[in-house]
Amino acid sequence: MARIRLEGVTKVFGAVVAVDDLTLTIEDGEFFALLGPSGCGKTTTLRMVAGLERPTRGRIFIGERDVTDLPPQARDIAMVFQDYALYPHMTIMENIGYPLKVRRYARSEIHRRVREVAEVLQIADLLDRRPGQLSGGQQQRAAVARALVYPPQAFLFDEPLSNLDAKLRLEARSFLKHLQKSLGITTIYVTHDQAEAMALADRIGVMDRGRLLQVGSPIEIYRRPRNTFVATFIGSPPMNLLRCRFQQAEAVLVLGDGQALALGERAEALRRAFRDGEPLWLGIRPEHLALAEGPGPTHLAARVYAVEPLGVETLVTVQVDAERIALRLSVDEPPVLREQVWVRVPMERALFFREGGELAL
Amino acid sequence: MTVIREVLSRVLFYLFSALIGAFFALPMLWLLLAPFNARGTLALEIPRPFTLANFEAVFANTFAMRALLNSVFIAGGTMLVVTLTATMAAYALSRAEVPYYDLLTYGLILFSSVVTGTAAMVPIFLLANALGLVDTYVGVILTFTGGLLPTAIFILRDFVEGLPRSYEESAMVCGATPWQMVRDVVMPLLQPGMMVVAIWAFVQVWGAFLIPFVLLRTPERMPAAIAIYSFYTEAGTPILTLTSAYALLYAIPVLVLYLFVNARYGFRFFGGIKR
Amino acid sequence: MTQRRPILSMPVGLLFLLPAMVFVAVFLVFPSLWVLWISLTNQTLTGEAALRPRFVGLANFRALFDFENWMVRGYFGNALRNSVLFVIGSALIGQAGLGLAIAWAFYRRRGIWRELIYTLAILAWIIPDVVVAFMWVAYLDRDQGTLNAILSALGMGRVDWLIEQPLLSIIIFNTWRGAAFSMLLFSSALATLPPSYLEAAAVAGARPWQAFRDIILPSIRSHIITDLVLITLWTFNTFTPYLITAGGPTFRSEVVSIYTFRIAFQHFEFGRGAAVAVVMMLINLALALVYLSTLRREARAR
Repeated sequence: MARIRLEGVTKVFGAVVAVDDLTLTIEDGEFFALLGPSGCGKTTTLRMVAGLERPTRGRIFIGERDVTDLPPQARDIAMVFQDYALYPHMTIMENIGYPLKVRRYARSEIHRRVREVAEVLQIADLLDRRPGQLSGGQQQRAAVARALVYPPQAFLFDEPLSNLDAKLRLEARSFLKHLQKSLGITTIYVTHDQAEAMALADRIGVMDRGRLLQVGSPIEIYRRPRNTFVATFIGSPPMNLLRCRFQQAEAVLVLGDGQALALGERAEALRRAFRDGEPLWLGIRPEHLALAEGPGPTHLAARVYAVEPLGVETLVTVQVDAERIALRLSVDEPPVLREQVWVRVPMERALFFREGGELAL
Repeated sequence: MTVIREVLSRVLFYLFSALIGAFFALPMLWLLLAPFNARGTLALEIPRPFTLANFEAVFANTFAMRALLNSVFIAGGTMLVVTLTATMAAYALSRAEVPYYDLLTYGLILFSSVVTGTAAMVPIFLLANALGLVDTYVGVILTFTGGLLPTAIFILRDFVEGLPRSYEESAMVCGATPWQMVRDVVMPLLQPGMMVVAIWAFVQVWGAFLIPFVLLRTPERMPAAIAIYSFYTEAGTPILTLTSAYALLYAIPVLVLYLFVNARYGFRFFGGIKR
Repeated sequence: MTQRRPILSMPVGLLFLLPAMVFVAVFLVFPSLWVLWISLTNQTLTGEAALRPRFVGLANFRALFDFENWMVRGYFGNALRNSVLFVIGSALIGQAGLGLAIAWAFYRRRGIWRELIYTLAILAWIIPDVVVAFMWVAYLDRDQGTLNAILSALGMGRVDWLIEQPLLSIIIFNTWRGAAFSMLLFSSALATLPPSYLEAAAVAGARPWQAFRDIILPSIRSHIITDLVLITLWTFNTFTPYLITAGGPTFRSEVVSIYTFRIAFQHFEFGRGAAVAVVMMLINLALALVYLSTLRREARAR
């Protein structure tokens, strides 16, 4: 078990900078999720830690050891691939035991250890089958078992749940979290699914276009996204962003259609952060919005665009001028389509981003 | 109206099937009957009396049996060399950074289609002559190998490309050395592809006439494709009883391999599997 | 270019490539270049010119393209003409047409008829050369042959196919021999088409043949080009007709491959034979370039 350190790691493919000057420390025993859209460089980063890709610049450390120039075999890590990479010509027993076999363990010892992990993963009765005879969830467990059988310094997961259907994914998710907590092995987990990252990780690193945008605990990242990209990537539905203009004299924000929102207690802070007339983004989570009975200083006139009942709550999309805003409501009588409604914007919950996207307040 | 059309299209379909079936089957029937006929004939007639004497005569002919064995040597030897070297080359083309990759693959396709046995028989003969390979199995095997390799490499490269890289990557992460990775993971997974190429190469060489005809001299070294022309009378006409029996024997391995491939893999289709 | 770290290092990769490349270089590339040189000499098998071939410039080519005797039987022009007819008749019309017809007739059909016809066609394609040659010699025989037996049963006269219609005989033979390739290629091309293509056409009111013309043919266009180029190449280079007619009678079925063989290995004029080989390879080259450009276009379209 070890901490993993990346120092100024850069990977260039031809003319494309896949990973750009990434510096990051993952603590011993931590469950760390690398989150981002496809092509953001998260998988390349993971593959560099595994040794399947060589960094163009920068160093990688596992524990105190500089592994930058070591091949994967020498890094003492385990990886679960997106497609699991279970060998179709081997039984599950042989698959799980493979890391031991290449290290020339005795057959009996291999069998003993494979049984042990298979018990933990509840696949002990499947050891004589071949991967093709297993369900997706069972294959996923077999792949995890293979990673576990020879205790590694670190676990690397490359989107291991993306091939499972929605129900199994939830099950596997809590299982993985439980497993990682009970073993305490440093884990890097790559995913494009923000809910997965939030649910699993101790800390999340959000990546976009090769850059690490923000690192923090799920709650930190959810509450205070550092820029509009993170704000809209995390949360489902994502944070609403309203483009508006700061009018210092009236202490209001003016929207494109001329509606104004009173800033109230936050006016002072905005006055210090923004110039008069400066355009900015008002960010507000869907669950913080509510419907109001009528006009008010922080109420917006809107028209209902869509109503989606989800059981516990109802997702309502309204249209304000040209922009659409999502609301998560737990009301019993949701509005009907095309109805004129009032949306209350709680200013104490709002975030304010500069026009360029970075968080100001 | 639609019923009439339906019936008409059914009738047309069966008519078409019957005609096409006859077109392909009719020339083959002779080979199924003549070997069992005591009387040599080119006609399609039920053997009367039915006899296996023709086969007995062929089996007793050591020269002809030797020729079948020669065919096994030549086709089997080519099969081994082609499968082994093509697998290695295809794996390298797919998994290593090969300099001038595009030029290499482009050149391989180009040369393999431009240089055919018929076009190259003169220089191939002179080359074999210069290397002292005329009238040797090695000469025949290597000539076939050179001709079959490009296609074999492309068939196998498709198989390698079809293997997810994560198989090999996970082996590396598991701690396998490159050699362990190739032995435990790559080779077993490539087995179907190697099988296809091996059978393909064997069938190609087994049936080929021109190259051994040009390169071999000594009658004892001739493969069956040429030895079949030894069942002739003094007058120079074929002894049809023996020729047909021998032809059937000679065709059987190909039929068996076809049945095997069909049963095991289904006759799937790979690029230019036969030329 | 792959964007990943190669699994094999470059030295190991080159080592893996080496044996195959040596065989290809020595037994494929080198002969094709050497033949260029031989075609400029008077090399023969025996005698003075075998030991010390003399450089004769383009004399061999001039002899080939001697337009005075060009189309006389036994000369190169005659062989070329026969090859062109042979390719058009047996490959472009025969194999491709029959292959497409079978593939289309059994498109999305299963059953005994399909199994039967595919098996028969594939057998015709894979049985050794000399065996099919004997079958066809028997099949086309004037007095006893199966074909004439059928024709006379239908009240038509007997034809001495190999003597009276040697070129037509090898054209029909080669159609029979090679149709399986086009059939399999077109079947697999058709199998990749989503059924919705035809269903959409049927819903739109297209007749089957209209759907075939307007939807199926354009969708498998690149396969058709690939097929035509490959079977042209193979048919142009095949030597199997030699085993049936030996080019005769009086060179009436002598195609270019048989001509080369006769000049080089019956007259032992290697220089002249090499010159024919060079012409053959140039024709092959032109066809291969067409093939490669379609491959590239397909790769780019993907």
